[in-house]
Amino acid sequence: MNFSSYECSCFFDEIFESGGRVRPEAEPLVRMIDSMDEGDLRRRQEAAERALLYSGITFNVYSDKAGREKIFPFDIVPRIVRCSEWDRIEKGLRQRIHALNLFLDDVYHDQKIVKAGVVPEHVIRSATAFREQCIGLNPPRGVWCHITGTDLVRDGDGTIYVLEDNLRCPSGASYVLENRRIMKQTFPEVFDVSRVRPVNDYPAKLLDMLQWLAPEGVNSPRVVVLTPGSYNSAYFEHSFLAQQMGVQLVEGGDLIVADGHVLMRTTDGFERVDVIYRRLDDDFLDPEVFRPDSMLGIPGIMEVYKAGRVALANAPGTGVADDKVVYAYVPKIIKFYLDEEAIIPNVPTYLCWDEKDAAYALENLDKLVVKAANESGGYGMLVGPHSTETQRAEFAKRIRANPRNYIAQPTLSLSCVPIMVEGHFEGRHVDLRPYILYGREIFVLPGGLTRVALKKGSLVVNSSQGGGSKDTWVIDD
Amino acid sequence: MLSRVAQSIYWMSRYFERAENVARFLDVNFRLMLDLPSGMAVQWEALVRITGDYEPFIKHYKRATRETVIQFLTFDTENPNSILSSVRAARENARSVRESISSEMWEQLNRIYFRVGDAASRHLDAPEEFFEEVRLASHLFIGLTDTTMSHNEPWHFARLGQALERADKTSRILDVKYFILLPSVADVGTPLDEIQWTAVLRSASALQIYRQQYGRVSPLRVVEFLVLDPEFPRAIHFCLRRADESLHAISGTPQGTFRNSAEQRLGQLRAELDFTRVSDIMRIGVHEFIDDFQVKLNGIGTTIHETFFATRPIQPSQSQVLPKADRER
Repeated sequence: MNFSSYECSCFFDEIFESGGRVRPEAEPLVRMIDSMDEGDLRRRQEAAERALLYSGITFNVYSDKAGREKIFPFDIVPRIVRCSEWDRIEKGLRQRIHALNLFLDDVYHDQKIVKAGVVPEHVIRSATAFREQCIGLNPPRGVWCHITGTDLVRDGDGTIYVLEDNLRCPSGASYVLENRRIMKQTFPEVFDVSRVRPVNDYPAKLLDMLQWLAPEGVNSPRVVVLTPGSYNSAYFEHSFLAQQMGVQLVEGGDLIVADGHVLMRTTDGFERVDVIYRRLDDDFLDPEVFRPDSMLGIPGIMEVYKAGRVALANAPGTGVADDKVVYAYVPKIIKFYLDEEAIIPNVPTYLCWDEKDAAYALENLDKLVVKAANESGGYGMLVGPHSTETQRAEFAKRIRANPRNYIAQPTLSLSCVPIMVEGHFEGRHVDLRPYILYGREIFVLPGGLTRVALKKGSLVVNSSQGGGSKDTWVIDD
Repeated sequence: MLSRVAQSIYWMSRYFERAENVARFLDVNFRLMLDLPSGMAVQWEALVRITGDYEPFIKHYKRATRETVIQFLTFDTENPNSILSSVRAARENARSVRESISSEMWEQLNRIYFRVGDAASRHLDAPEEFFEEVRLASHLFIGLTDTTMSHNEPWHFARLGQALERADKTSRILDVKYFILLPSVADVGTPLDEIQWTAVLRSASALQIYRQQYGRVSPLRVVEFLVLDPEFPRAIHFCLRRADESLHAISGTPQGTFRNSAEQRLGQLRAELDFTRVSDIMRIGVHEFIDDFQVKLNGIGTTIHETFFATRPIQPSQSQVLPKADRER
């Protein structure tokens, strides 16, 4: 099977240059795929899918009464990133996370950035993820956002942009690790010749970081992963990370607050918990402080947290910094705290609360992408060039009714990577979500999760919207 | 260990053992079909009766035939004890404690779950082979539990669940023969009788060992073997000793003493079997003995729940507010 018939109509292909020449970093991969016959490649794709199925990396198809499950679509052609490019991305991400943490600390303390007139106060106050309850909070070691998954995209001209910051409970790191494991099983030959940067130390780094957060004086801290439960769509990831770190996975009901500590219920009585990697939203964490109707959280846990007797990662309240309106200010935020220019640029963003921006957005709905400021997963979004008149009218109405809640951006022509479709290759749009850990130092996992829109021409890569994933290889020279 | 995790591991192994044993029940009948003299019909209804689910079965299927019984016991998702439901329940429990069991166990459970689901969606051409597959899958799982898990508290909960389930099911396999297959006193000791007892032994994988120990197949000896043998791993007595060992390993209480009611009840039942002769069972009547045994075993299950798992608050139901983290970020 080979790429001779491969044509990609998109402006930037991650594997091939515009003249059809293979990018040097992808050569060993393309050579190997070219040397395989179609059946061989298909067998490998099937083997990869079977391995994913047996590892239970699946989601439920709720409409299916027999309870059949599907794997998250996975394509075996990896996305390849040159190391020189990666090193720049890594630097840019470090810079961004550093600045955003300083921003978070400032937002919940003195708000110097507001006083300096860089970010308007109403932008912060009106962000739905701003948490009044976190004002004055001092998270352990002064870090707010320990785990981040930043969404990057590449436009047609090759520029890489930050599309979204995810600072709450970003998911997907487990897929990076599992995709790599499957790829190693599937293509052992290429790993011999390509110098792919490893990702398998992520759980160890994560555990190191979590242990570092433990309250003063605790020698061997007990770390747990807190999940909303096995019905959560990211449950696989929660249990996977707990297993890889060798720590206990707990649900809210396993934990209680007593004597000023968080304790877990065991067959042998109660045991103290020191660090919680929580995969539960702020709102559900503590019914006494946030939503009183939450049955998934632990009443009283915020008291213990404030007293410094348990650590939470990420800290509550981080969502204010990934609000899509605040996003537009990140280059200024970086400048303000670090006195540096942003290494990775933002996508130009029109803020609909601004009259001029709103007028522009409303006039150009057919060219722009419109996003609700507080939605994620590809929900609440209009892709102008792919929309109908009715959809545009609907969004115009929504923007006028609630301008604060909308932003607009030019429609980027996302870069492509080939996927295997019925015995040949076709290009599909991709994004990239690298994972960043903020502990003693800032660590960026080489590569990250490449999400791919499986539908031809589609720009929406979210798995909830029919997207799949690919392994991402950062290749050393 | 977390109470919730202990409970899930216990039920994981109970349910998988249950699936294996339903496959064994069905196997008894398939073997009988092959061995019975022509003109003698196999009683499919009996099979459903021993599982204790006769009422829902007859309500839905009306008549017990080979097809309806296989469907009900194998693939019916409305029957909580069918092979499919049991394997699914085992897997759901495993899924909620994935980080506490080995990946090998988890993958094996997944494999058989998808296999059974796949078989459910098409016609079963060779049921015997399929039941064999379920049995082997269970053995592989038990082997993996033994060889890939540390033999500490979680493992003891797995073994406890498995041993209690197996004790219950062996008693039911015996009950098929004694309560239902026994046609009349006149048949006792006839070749037909021997065929039936042989099928019972086979379905407990006990025929070969039985022969080595006793030679001829005789009802008295079969009962003695399947109930009282302390060394054969499917014998009730053996299972209870295993369960008792694990229960004491969990609490650290020396065997022969007790600190909680689970240990007390299991200890009592175990002691009863330690000091019972087969003639005692025959005097009470095999069916009556088994009935009484099952009631006591259920009681032990309840006290285990109260002692180790019940400290857990009520599970949030699926219908209440779920966080938005449900969506991908």
